[in-house]
Amino acid sequence: MNIFGMNIALAIAWAALTGEITLPSLIVGFALGSAALYLTRPLFPGSDRYFKRTFRWVRLVVTFLWELIVSSVQVVIDVLTPQHLARPGIVSVPLDVKGEMEVLFLTNYISLTPGTLCLDVTEDCNTLYIHAMFADDPDEIRRHIKEGVERRVKEAME
Amino acid sequence: MIVEYIMAALVLLGGFFCFIAGLGVLRLPDVLIRMHASTKAGTLGSGLILIAVAIFFSDIGTMTRALATILFLLMTAPVAAHMIGRAAFRSRVPLWNTKLEEGAEEKLSR
Repeated sequence: MNIFGMNIALAIAWAALTGEITLPSLIVGFALGSAALYLTRPLFPGSDRYFKRTFRWVRLVVTFLWELIVSSVQVVIDVLTPQHLARPGIVSVPLDVKGEMEVLFLTNYISLTPGTLCLDVTEDCNTLYIHAMFADDPDEIRRHIKEGVERRVKEAME
Repeated sequence: MIVEYIMAALVLLGGFFCFIAGLGVLRLPDVLIRMHASTKAGTLGSGLILIAVAIFFSDIGTMTRALATILFLLMTAPVAAHMIGRAAFRSRVPLWNTKLEEGAEEKLSR
């Protein structure tokens, strides 16, 4: 968080030096500040971790937006074709993530990505029940969630 | 000029996705599959329209409000789907061709 504070300070310094404290100049200052911090990584312990985390968050958000688009297109195809394509099923997924915040993130992500919808979490936050549109192979769905979404959420939150 | 075309495309696409979400609620076979349509396509559609609004007014107040609305949509739509889906499951709404996993029934209707 210290590096983040430094980045904010650099953004304010940039805005003050250019003489206009507005949102665009603060954003430019923030971008330039993080570029400067990235170049001087060896000087600040902990900034490696800061950039790694930021990178993971960006990756999480970008993949999320992409999967939201893919899942919507899938829904469009299923709605517009005359026969029903879905072969639905309810699948349990054991969870590795700890903490309610992580589970909330994960469930929201799963509900908005292709073919899956969260139904319930067991009280101990250990198992997730999801409704899948294409549940021919439950193991494949489990593997996909564990290795894709769950790993990325875990990496971004740690 | 180009910005106008982009905005028009965003609004049309957003409207299209919202329309499909509504149509999906009408014609998909059971309640859980309908939730797929209304959460995913509905969220994307409203998000696209809100982005177009933010670009059109392009002042900070509108932009932050549009961004906040999108964030809240992303947070609340899955929660609503989860509550409705679980309520439907517990009140034993008939499900269309659904394969239930071993033990899922008891766990879900506790």
